[in-house]
Amino acid sequence: MEFGPHLMLAVLEGAVTAAVLALMASGLSLVFGVMRVVNVAHGQFFMLGAVLAWAVSSAVSSALGGGAFGFVAAVLLAPVIAGALAVAADLTVLKRVGYDPERTIVATIGLLYILQQAALMTYGPEARPVAPPFNDRLALPWVAFGPEGPRLIWPWGLSITSYKLFVMGAAAAVLAGLWALMTRTGIGLVMRATQLDRETAQAFGIPVERVYAGVFGLGAALAALAGVLIVPIQQAHYLMGGDALLLSFIVVIIGGLGSLGGTVIAALLIGLSDGIVSVFFSPTLAKILATLLVALVLVFRPEGLRGKAAR
Amino acid sequence: MLEVRNIAAGYGPVRVLRGLSLTVRPGEITCLLGRNGAGKTTAMKAIMGLLPLSGGQVLLDGEDIGRLPAHEVPRRGIGYIPQGRRLFADLTVAQNLEIGMRCRKSPPEVRDRVLAMFPRLADRMGQRAGTLSGGEQQMLATARALCLAPRVLLLDEPTEGLQPSMIALIRDTVLRLRDEGVAILLVEQRLDAVLATADRAVILETGAVRAEADAARLRTDPDLLRRHLGV
Repeated sequence: MEFGPHLMLAVLEGAVTAAVLALMASGLSLVFGVMRVVNVAHGQFFMLGAVLAWAVSSAVSSALGGGAFGFVAAVLLAPVIAGALAVAADLTVLKRVGYDPERTIVATIGLLYILQQAALMTYGPEARPVAPPFNDRLALPWVAFGPEGPRLIWPWGLSITSYKLFVMGAAAAVLAGLWALMTRTGIGLVMRATQLDRETAQAFGIPVERVYAGVFGLGAALAALAGVLIVPIQQAHYLMGGDALLLSFIVVIIGGLGSLGGTVIAALLIGLSDGIVSVFFSPTLAKILATLLVALVLVFRPEGLRGKAAR
Repeated sequence: MLEVRNIAAGYGPVRVLRGLSLTVRPGEITCLLGRNGAGKTTAMKAIMGLLPLSGGQVLLDGEDIGRLPAHEVPRRGIGYIPQGRRLFADLTVAQNLEIGMRCRKSPPEVRDRVLAMFPRLADRMGQRAGTLSGGEQQMLATARALCLAPRVLLLDEPTEGLQPSMIALIRDTVLRLRDEGVAILLVEQRLDAVLATADRAVILETGAVRAEADAARLRTDPDLLRRHLGV
């Protein structure tokens, strides 16, 4: 394959990574932005989404036969279950330590191990696939310039599956919904007021602890949804949360802590560079470059691309 | 009527209020005075439920609100204008007012009335609060608290850093609210403002009341304040 189509293929693969990463990192960013809690267990909610997707789709498929019902049920149920678990963790652990930044880090490390080991004990150590609801291969065109001028060609191997296109579209739709929730609704207004000044928010009747519980649940639900969407592409495994958490931290630091727009931009940057560098060089080099980028951001722009400098 | 009975509160192990008692009556402006560190702002926060009480009671029309979750206190009708204004700087003027409106589900007429008191805000509804001038920020902080349609209003140094015309506007607003029957507790450092507005003055020292005086005594013996405050 020539360089141009090869690059396009790499960009498309990177865009799928970026879409899933943006969903997951936006949850992490939301939790930090509103609650000032660094949720070390965030990757486990991603894993939980993938594992629940397998469990739900297996159960529904065996009850109703094959088809897309299992996946649809997983998309609807897994984020709700993960979100409910996160709310329970917030009310029973984070609230009790007063949302203190240091103590919540230790608490979420504990939550990380509880979720991971619970998955190992119940789901097991195997990696298991979930069938995508649709997976047609769509050939993509390329413009070739010949003596007769430009013309469309269909290079062999230049294609994408309909499921990967769906992942990109679904992530974009959910992120647009999240943006609308934050900027266009009363719930978003309350969340932003809490983010800006917790004490004054309380002095104006905002039940801050309830807002925190909701935000922690929403963040976990976004991670779980990312896990559900990725599991037909990668397999579900109880250790899959570690890498996802690391990449999410990279994205959130580059984008600016608590900035949704910055998170999406950084996810695109990291996802696309990961796709392109992985295709043309190696996945290891892609990870090295992402880590180097974080180091550069921390040195030259510690507040991130869209974050606000501390005053 | 707001009654504070023998409350104790502080920050962690540091006790700031040590048995503070005072009463704020409807249609009356009570000024809370004291040197830096006497506990004026701490008293405001304790009344608002923002600091836990380690003793005593806060009664609003007979109901003990001292142990309620902090967000329930403003819902009972206590408005708060904190020191330094504490606006939601990244939200617009309209959104800051909306936060006040949502607290007690105030009808739209309340906002219309508040905007009629501060017409300059009506022209800046889409502007971010953090970009307003100091005087406009104080107007917004006051307007936001009035959107609760409060029965009791706590103001913590509302004229701090303002130009004279703005101080006059805030003073007129406070007097108007007093005349409408709102119970007002005012922390104020400027003695001329205290003498011009206060119906009663309560002087704090190390977290407890050292002296009290009504308006008549304040005006006939203005040195009273100077003696207690050392100014």
